[in-house]
Order: sequence, then C-alpha cells, then structure tokens
Amino acid sequence: MAADAPLLDVEGLRVEFRTTRGTANVLSDVGFSLNRGETLGIVGESGCGKSMTALAVLRLIPSPPGRISGGRIRLRGEDLLRASEARMREVRGNEISMIFQEPMTSLNPVFTVGDQISESLRLHGGLRGARARARVLDMLRAVGIPAAERRIDQYPHQMSGGMRQRVMIAMALACRPAVLIADEPTTALDVTVQAQIFDLLRELQASQGTAIVLITHDMGAISEMADRVVVMYGGRVVEEGSAEAILARPGHPYTQGLIACLPALGGDVPEARTPLAEIPGVVPPLWELQHGCPFAQRCSRALPRCASEMPPAFETAPAHRAACWLHSDQA
Amino acid sequence: MSPEPALLEVRGLKVHFRGRRRSLLRPPEVVHAVDGVDFEIARGRTLALVGESGSGKTSAALAVMRLVPVTAGTIRLGGEVLSAYEGGALRRARRRLQIIFQDPYSSLNPRQRAGEIVRAPLELMRIGTREEREARAAGLFRAVGLRPEQRWLFPHQFSGGQRQRINIARALASSPELVVCDEPVSALDVAIRAQILNLLSRLQTELKLTYLFISHDMAVVEHICDEVAVMYLGQIVERAPRRAFFAHPLHPYSVALMSAVPTVRGGRVRATQRIRLVGDPPSPIDLPAGCRFAGRCPAATEHCRVETPLLREVTPAHWVRCHLVSGPNDAPLAAAGTVRPHNASPA
Repeated sequence: MAADAPLLDVEGLRVEFRTTRGTANVLSDVGFSLNRGETLGIVGESGCGKSMTALAVLRLIPSPPGRISGGRIRLRGEDLLRASEARMREVRGNEISMIFQEPMTSLNPVFTVGDQISESLRLHGGLRGARARARVLDMLRAVGIPAAERRIDQYPHQMSGGMRQRVMIAMALACRPAVLIADEPTTALDVTVQAQIFDLLRELQASQGTAIVLITHDMGAISEMADRVVVMYGGRVVEEGSAEAILARPGHPYTQGLIACLPALGGDVPEARTPLAEIPGVVPPLWELQHGCPFAQRCSRALPRCASEMPPAFETAPAHRAACWLHSDQA
Repeated sequence: MSPEPALLEVRGLKVHFRGRRRSLLRPPEVVHAVDGVDFEIARGRTLALVGESGSGKTSAALAVMRLVPVTAGTIRLGGEVLSAYEGGALRRARRRLQIIFQDPYSSLNPRQRAGEIVRAPLELMRIGTREEREARAAGLFRAVGLRPEQRWLFPHQFSGGQRQRINIARALASSPELVVCDEPVSALDVAIRAQILNLLSRLQTELKLTYLFISHDMAVVEHICDEVAVMYLGQIVERAPRRAFFAHPLHPYSVALMSAVPTVRGGRVRATQRIRLVGDPPSPIDLPAGCRFAGRCPAATEHCRVETPLLREVTPAHWVRCHLVSGPNDAPLAAAGTVRPHNASPA
C-alpha cells in the first residue's frame, strides 16, 4: 500500500432496493476517500442516501430488499465487499465503528452501560473481568462522564441524553477504531450539549488519530467539524471539496440552496427581515429518479439537458468538484 | 413597550407537576416545570420563548393553551381571564387561540382525511354551515400552499413539510388571534424549514396573527421573533427586543447558549472561542438555592449561590435575572474574551 493511499476509499458504490414499486437506486456511483485523522462531512436532506452510505460501508444494508450491486469499499487497501462475513464481524466495532443518531433507542435498556461498553472489548480484544472493567472506566473518563465508578453500573434510563450519547461514543471508541462513522450524533441533543460532544470528538480525534465520517444536515456542524465535505442528493454525490471551499463558494445549486435557506446568526442584526431563500419542492422518492440530474426538478437554474442527462463531476477548482452542467464550460 | 394593550398577558405563571412519592413519610416530589413567569405579547407581534429541553418553555405554552393545569398565576387574552375559565366558557374562548405542534407525524390522525382534519375545529366549535366549512377548508389549503383537491388524501400521503402545512391550516381554521407555535420546524429538513418559516411570516402579516413561538434554535428565533425570552429551569432569565438581544445578550446563560450554536461562517475558530458549560442543568425537582444557573455559570460568585436574583430591567425593555448585570455594559461573560483554557481529555 502506498504511503499516501487513503485509509478508507469508496468507489462507484451502488445500492439498490427491490420493492413492489420496482427497483430503487438508493445509491448510485457514490465515491469518497478518508485519510487518517481527517473528518469528512456527508451532508444532505433526509432521503438523500447519507445513512445508507454509512450502512453500506459496514455492510449492514438490510437484505433483502437491499443489495450492494456494485463498487468497491477499500479499508487500508482491503476490499470489504469481498470480505467474508467473519472478517466483517472483526471489522465492525473494531476497525470501523458507528455512533447512531438516537442515544435513547440505540442502547439496550436491560444491560448496564459497563456491560455494553465491555462487549466489544470482550469480542475483539479478549479482555475480561477486572481488565475489561478498568478499560471501560478509562473510556468513561475519556468521554467526560463524571463519577465513572458509579456510572459504570447504571442503566441507560438513569442517564440524560447527553450522557447516553457519551456512552455511545465510549462504546464506539473502546477498541480504538481507525474509522468512526457518526450518523447525526447530536440531532437529539441541546446545543450546549452538542458543543460538548463536538469538543469531545475533536479531542479524541487529536489524541487517537481516528478518522471521522460525520453525517449531518447542519452546515454549521460541517463548518466546525469537517475538513472535507461530500454533498449528497438523490443517492449521488453532487459536490465534493474542502469544507472551507464548499461553504464559501458552493458550486452546485443544491449546496447553494442548503446554505442560503439557513437563517444566519451572528454579525449585524438587520431591522428589516427578508424571507429566507427556499428550495422549492421536496426530495424525490428514489424509485422516481430518472436519467437526468436528480435535482433538476427543484433547481431554479436547470437547463434543458439537465432533465435527460446526468452531469458528470466537473472540477470547479483544484480538489473541488460539482456534478452540474452549469460548470461544463469551465471543464 | 408598545402603547396598545397586550393581546396576551401572563403574570406569575406556575406549572408544577406532582411526581412520585418516594416514602410515606415524605411529601411527594414536585416538578417545578414553570416557576413564576411573566410576559406579554402585543397584537401582531411574535414573542419567542427559547431554552433547552426541560427549561419549561413547552409547559408554559401548554399552560397558555390551558392544556396543562395551571398551578398559579393569571393568563389574560385581550381582556378575558383565560386562567379563570372552565368548561363551556373555556371552549368558546379557545376559538381565539390555537396551537401548531412540533411533530408533524404524531399530531395528525392517520385515519382522517386531510380535509377532515382541517375542518374538525370548525365542526367542534359549530362555526358556519357544512358548505361554508368545506369552502373554508379549501381556502385554508390554498393559503398554506397546498392544493384544495389534496383534502381527500390521508396524512401518510404527505411529506413532513406538507403535514406541517396541514397542521398550520388546522390551527388557522377558527380564525384565531393568538397562535402558539411549539417548535414548528425542528422536525423538518433545513430546506423545508425555510419554506415553513416563510409561510408563517406571510400568514402573520396577512392575517395579523400574534405568535408565541417556542424554539430551541437560536437562528430560527432570530429570524422570526420581535422579542425573545430565554428560559432556564422554569424561569425567564433574560427578556429583550430581538435586535437588543441578538446584538448583545447579557445573561451568562444567554451568552453561552448563543456561543454554542455552530454557524456556517464560524468554522473551527468559533468552536475554540466557545464558552464551555460543564454538566447538565440541575433537576427541576430539587432546585438549587440562589441563582439556578450558578452551578454551571463560569462567572458565578459565592453570592450567586446563596441569593436568588430578580428579573430586573437593566435598560429599557431589556430584563435580566443576574446579580452581575445591572447595566447594558455589564457582561459577566463576553462571547470571546473570557474563555477558559482548552483542556484536553478530562480524564
């Protein structure tokens, strides 16, 4: 493996779901790469394929009806789509782990948090008894849970939402995974608690070198956390670039819309309020996607060819690509 | 304050819920959800109640709607003392106030057609004839940006944003003066959120509506409100007109809350300048003595932990509940200056 090869490299990933209404292309040609210690943000509205991408990387797509129908997912060069089920069990929770959106429902209510965190240590690291307990206590302290000795024997219902999300993070990081996928880790939490969780993720990333995939719909979170960003729409990557470039100079009309429709905070407070920019319509159902650009129906700048031809990714600046025909002349 | 009398006036509102009795020898626990709240809203204006979960903002809104028992205090709506009404009188008064709920999925009956849902308040309040009600429902569908023929569909055939439009149409059916919006956009995607916020603004202008807007999202509040009241543990800790508040929040909790919001332009710099609050808010059952925020406040002094601060008017129309703020230039916490050093892992 070359020294500069990415840690996780996803290429041409396709996922389809067979439903009674026909085959839905949930992911089409999704690709991105992630380096050690880096944070990649995946942004988009619900139904754009963000969470499906995360599940596909862990090969957790419910099957049937779902199926990974093409592409490659390479972890340190190893193609996970060709790996055995036994090998995948070694990968999950050990090399790639995930924090789910709902801290309330993702923890098992009948086991103590200590039991739940030590499960992956037992399965992957063979740690048991006092050694496992010591490591769990270390993890609880590392994620900033006060009185860890008492908390370790508590059940999830005895903790607040922020505490439970910390437990989820402790569980995900217990085996020091190389890649952490955080699927909307803070949507269910208050902003002051969200700020604590973001600080924690940054600190753990700095100390352990974990690469993070942050799935979110919040451009503010992207601005604070991400190094690079992938914007998804209709199961496709529509824009990709550094967080700074995408927030300052979004190239795809969908990204521009996502940023413009956010009420701004900070700076001067104008007396007169102007209506927010809107993206008309809603995300199209995936089985209704046609050949053209999935965003064409909602796009105010759509050209005739947008409805019939899927635009390729055009390089709008170095390391910044947007899949939109508006950039075809610059290519 | 505006010269015209307030449409809604709330004085000394308390909502206490009785909790579990842990022992026969001890009195049952009391949850102090709302603990002495005063506010008023002028006709055609929007007051935003903001705060984190458990701050009592939703309980206060539900109390205004008389959907939870009011423990103490008075609620006046344009001269009528709502808090004293019961039975038929309360039902008649309810024409004048309606509510939009947070969750567009659980707040619509899945077995009713959308048209029926919107017509229901008119039928329950016996407003108009059958034809008039049908025509009004069709008009409301158009007003909220749906097509009248969509009245025949069921809730599951609509997207989240469209369901919230149905919720809004239902709330407007009885031509209310006051609409309580309980986190109306927090369950929606960002792009849809903008559509609904614009719709609420337009309807407010067209129909001269008065909004009590409950939210935890500071950016949304900044966009929609005329006045802000920040709640913490059942009390208002700061109240001010929109511009005064967002240009210069004074209460340490407000400052911390504002600094916690990630912004598109802020980037990582903003994250490092953040005021870090430690821990969770205390339980509304065992309230701390003194200032309720003192335990988490980086600027708290010994005095704060002992004596309860009052909500004082520090500049005209700007009220703050903090011992350390007595004028517009007092800022116990400034957004950037007084940040504590960034310490690594707390282990």
